[in-house]
Amino acid sequence: MRKQSKNMEHLEQFRQEVRDWLEENCPPTMRTPLVPEEEVWGGRNAEYVNPESKLWLERMGEKGWTAPNLPKEYGGGGLDRDETKVLHQELFKIKARPPLNSFGIWMLAPCIIEFGSEEQKREHLPKIIKGEIRWCQGYSEPGSGSDLASLSTKAEDMGDHYLVNGQKVWTSYADKADWIFALVRTGPKEPKHNGISFLLIDMATEGVSTKPITLISGKSPFCETFFDNVKAPKENLVGVENSGWTIAKKLLQHERNFISNFGLAGGGTGSGADVVNIAKKYLGEANGQIANSAQRENITLHKMKEHAFGLTLQRSGDEGAKASAASSMFKYYGTEHNKDRYELMIAAMGNKGLGWTNEGFSDDEQAITKAWLRTKANSIEGGTSEVQLNVISRRVLDLPN
Amino acid sequence: MKLILTEEQQFLKDTAQSFARDKTPVTHFRELRDNENSQCWDESVWKEMVELGWSGILVPEQFGGSEFGMAGISVIMQELGKTLTPSPILSTSVLGVSAINMLGSDEQKENYLPKIVAGELTTALAIDEGNHHDPFAIDATAVLDGDEWVLNGKKVFVVDGASADSILLVARTSGKSGESNGISVFAANKDSAGLDITKISTADSRNYANIEMSDLKLDQNALLGEQDLAGETLEKILDLGRIAISAEMLGNTEEAFEVTVNYLKERKQFGVQIGSFQALQHRAAKMFCEIELTKSAVIAAMHAADENSNELERLSSLAKFQAGETLHLVSNEAIQMHGGIGVTDEYDIGFYLKRARVAEQIFGTSEFHQARYADISGF
Repeated sequence: MRKQSKNMEHLEQFRQEVRDWLEENCPPTMRTPLVPEEEVWGGRNAEYVNPESKLWLERMGEKGWTAPNLPKEYGGGGLDRDETKVLHQELFKIKARPPLNSFGIWMLAPCIIEFGSEEQKREHLPKIIKGEIRWCQGYSEPGSGSDLASLSTKAEDMGDHYLVNGQKVWTSYADKADWIFALVRTGPKEPKHNGISFLLIDMATEGVSTKPITLISGKSPFCETFFDNVKAPKENLVGVENSGWTIAKKLLQHERNFISNFGLAGGGTGSGADVVNIAKKYLGEANGQIANSAQRENITLHKMKEHAFGLTLQRSGDEGAKASAASSMFKYYGTEHNKDRYELMIAAMGNKGLGWTNEGFSDDEQAITKAWLRTKANSIEGGTSEVQLNVISRRVLDLPN
Repeated sequence: MKLILTEEQQFLKDTAQSFARDKTPVTHFRELRDNENSQCWDESVWKEMVELGWSGILVPEQFGGSEFGMAGISVIMQELGKTLTPSPILSTSVLGVSAINMLGSDEQKENYLPKIVAGELTTALAIDEGNHHDPFAIDATAVLDGDEWVLNGKKVFVVDGASADSILLVARTSGKSGESNGISVFAANKDSAGLDITKISTADSRNYANIEMSDLKLDQNALLGEQDLAGETLEKILDLGRIAISAEMLGNTEEAFEVTVNYLKERKQFGVQIGSFQALQHRAAKMFCEIELTKSAVIAAMHAADENSNELERLSSLAKFQAGETLHLVSNEAIQMHGGIGVTDEYDIGFYLKRARVAEQIFGTSEFHQARYADISGF
């Protein structure tokens, strides 16, 4: 009990410190709703529409609070779970914008911490945390989607470097990223899972090229990435050669944890519109209720599932669960739920939910239509829903192959 | 509010788990059913639960209870639910205790609570009058005649009504059906003249009664709390009951699911374990997700009750909704995945289905709670 109250005391003190610091350091426009053009991803070529975005990133990066739970010695915030929660609460309270969106923080950094060498930690983590280097993920290939381990981009041992040849697909923001973490085949004769390595490649290296992909929703951050005789120094191999699959799986769990937040209204990308407000606006209200009773029922069901799912994410955090096979549950449920939300939204909007350009439709309406189409990829990217269900069956329920 | 158990709650859960596994495995329930035990629960088993202090978990310390709260009693009910252990714990230790403690005078508390803690008195809350749970649709009346209350009307599907020593009767002292105002609660001895209790026979082989009040005369001390004003408190008492039965339903679900997954690993057809078929795997994985959501909803609701959260109503409805939906799904899938033996009486899995449908009705179905949640949330 005593230990607990001491901790409470410490947390309250920490909360005050955070509050004071944010008051002083969070610029005024960073407390206003985020507009898409002002999203910050960092990197060598970052352009800042709003100079205060840059300032906010620099200040938060300096504190290590862009990655609050990573160790201080590598530039992170060094906060424990409770302190991190306090920081998030205080940021939420002043409606602070996220200082940095980063695949480096969300996916790569935890894997470098777990599997990387000391040199790699010192080289890469501080730059990730400060947003100086922007990363992209080179996993899928044209012939390797759900069966990721069949990937064929090859990396040949040339003594001091690997020679990389092949193609990746669905590389988000490859055209804007500085570095890529890629799965490559180093052991062509080994069984497929045992011949894969986890390699870091500078996108500025000669022979790397990218080409954007247009989706059913229109423009997209996805690209194809080509490697044509690309030389990658051997020091950029993470972990042991041919043991990359273990790292790959771990990283997928971090990715799934991240994507599963899409299941919560306001999490992830999209219009951020609330389905209840949308329904009241487009279906009308009767005595303060959504006027169409069938849609009101469907939406209630959806909101109740969302509530229970949100509580499950919270419980998982309270239990101190790390990324595990259960991440597949969050990925599966969160993405299916997000798809459901957009189906409900466009259904509530009627013919106003089907606009493509400005003629006849407001910006918000078009954004919802585009977001609806974009959510169709949520249950495909990062492992399809079916793959997640396989993982739960085999690794959580221990059902036979 | 952290969605985990304290050491104390975990200890209660472990104790209840051992108790259920050792003393009341499903064979215990089967025997009660086969022997047509009239009260549908075992006196000696209840006595052991009383000795463990379970009858007094919600009772204030001054009346001999432990005040371990809704979280304490919910984790016990969850474990008892796994082996379908029947007992008067819901009707007496959750509903009876809460009604007396939240509505009663000090004298009434002194009169009832120590007896409940000691296992000397069981109670039943008689509320519903129609085919569906509707807490304010009360037509039963209570009229003050001189210094006596006179009650008339009927109650149906009263949980443990066939055995309870004291029946807590919800009646209207003013207003009309559907209104929260004008509702009062009375405690009546089961042997009172004018109180006609009929045991009904249900699919889950448990204890329920229909009750008729015909000029039932009760003295003024029978009124729990203030005349006309029990409506709001009654909702809170029901919410505690809903959370407790949600926990029991979670236990039903967890066990039915575990038994089924184990069966998928054992049963062979076409020369392989049927659990290797993706058609079954994906359905099992989806059930796993729903069970995880149910655990979260139940734990959030029981902590909300103990913390007097203003989210109690919404969380109680969420818990009963989610527990109902999930148990419905899992109890059906459990039968289907067991194939032929799933529909035999010899095999236990059918008991879970029969219990499921009855539990889903008690204190509101998923549909009831979906509507309630929507109203509270302003959808």
